[in-house]
Amino acid sequence: MEYFTLFMGAVVVNNFVLTKFLGLCIFFGVSKNLSASAGMGIAVTAVMVMSSALAWLIYNFILLPFGLTFMTTAVFVLLIASFVQLLEMVIKKYSPALYNMWGIYLLLIATNCIVLSIPLINVESSYGFLYSLVNAVGSGLGFALAIVLMASCREKLRLADVPKPLEGIGIAFIIAGMLALSFLGFSGMIG
Amino acid sequence: MNTAIMVVLVMTGVGLIFGLILAFANKAFAIEVNPLIEIVEEALPKGQCGACGYAGCAAYAEAVVLDPDVPPNLCIPGKKPVADEVAEITGKKSAEVEPQVAQIRCNSGIAESTKKYNYVGIEDCIAASLVQGGPKGCQYGCMGFGTCAANCPFDALSMGENGLPIVDQKKCTGCGKCASVCPKHVIAMSPIGEPVSVLCNSKDKGAAAKKVCSVACIGCGACKKSCPYDAITVENNLAVVDGKICLEKCNNPICLEKCPTGAIVPLTEDAKKASVVIKEAAAKAKAEKAAQAAQAKKEEK
Repeated sequence: MEYFTLFMGAVVVNNFVLTKFLGLCIFFGVSKNLSASAGMGIAVTAVMVMSSALAWLIYNFILLPFGLTFMTTAVFVLLIASFVQLLEMVIKKYSPALYNMWGIYLLLIATNCIVLSIPLINVESSYGFLYSLVNAVGSGLGFALAIVLMASCREKLRLADVPKPLEGIGIAFIIAGMLALSFLGFSGMIG
Repeated sequence: MNTAIMVVLVMTGVGLIFGLILAFANKAFAIEVNPLIEIVEEALPKGQCGACGYAGCAAYAEAVVLDPDVPPNLCIPGKKPVADEVAEITGKKSAEVEPQVAQIRCNSGIAESTKKYNYVGIEDCIAASLVQGGPKGCQYGCMGFGTCAANCPFDALSMGENGLPIVDQKKCTGCGKCASVCPKHVIAMSPIGEPVSVLCNSKDKGAAAKKVCSVACIGCGACKKSCPYDAITVENNLAVVDGKICLEKCNNPICLEKCPTGAIVPLTEDAKKASVVIKEAAAKAKAEKAAQAAQAKKEEK
């Protein structure tokens, strides 16, 4: 039950995009069409889970015992950037089909704040290993949900008569604001 | 001071470790890319039209180099020169590329068609078709908002004054992009030099089709019966001409005269001349018949 609460909390209540406004560059950059945004959502989730696991191990077995916790952020930045690179190479080698689907998104993710924030939050709240993973999966899916919702809106928007000054990214920001407002309705429900 | 040294040491160490891991991985997971792929890609026209059936020129180049079953002649815009070049690079047998052009299978301009309502939305066929299937009376016909023209990667389509797109046969490479974006599927790819074609897409029954358009194919099958080469088939109340058969065999398009609505249209200069000759001959024969009948009536009296 505890895990479920955490999971649901990460997906809707504390949605990273719509309540904490993290990862906005990919949120606006890749939400022009539905299939691309779904791919991006899945890629982000996968990278988040894997990097959270790695980050937890490094934090608890290296940084904490040696008293280097003040360097967590810097080390995590390095860790995630190189891990994503490594992941890209491995996927390219062993699964070209998956690479064709994900490849372009992976490098976009490499330096994104949303991927970095999850491991940081995990260690700051001193979550256990499994707890960290659940948090990462939930946050990733929350991101996927937000970007898919956004892409659906923007696909519909293509046929709408938008006032000239608001065309493109302008109306996208307004939509994001409205989505955030509606997600505000979840606040306080869980945790 | 101690902390500063510590920070420098740790960051250098961590950076070094990750860097080494990446360097090692780069070697371990290196992929040998066939240099031919790049050469083939250079040879392709790079319209990224997808007529070959792949996602783009790069994807086709990769497929044609790596897969021995992929023929070198799939690039329709490139026509024979590109097919030959790709064949030479990959060592495959070159084959004929069938030259194709886009054909708008609707001849119902503003004058010939009826209107369901007045559309005042975005000038885009896909948008317009969402509103009750578009403003045109005929739900199969060209709506004339020019989505095809806007999407043509080779600038070969323009919108005519009668609200129908005009294909520039010289610029059209036959990639089929326009056909894929048309919400009415009214654009078909047809062989270059096809003499006649049924320029109608209506699958409505005769009376219904005729009600909304004066040049509709009513599916009567008169053309089919008249064709000595079986080039015409009628399905779903719509006659379709197999341009390949016409092109190869027919030089006397009598189908043109048989069509009661004029849905079959001569496309080439030769066919237009032939159609005039045939129509004149038919008119003559009719006049003679009428004269004969009148004479017979007279004699009876």
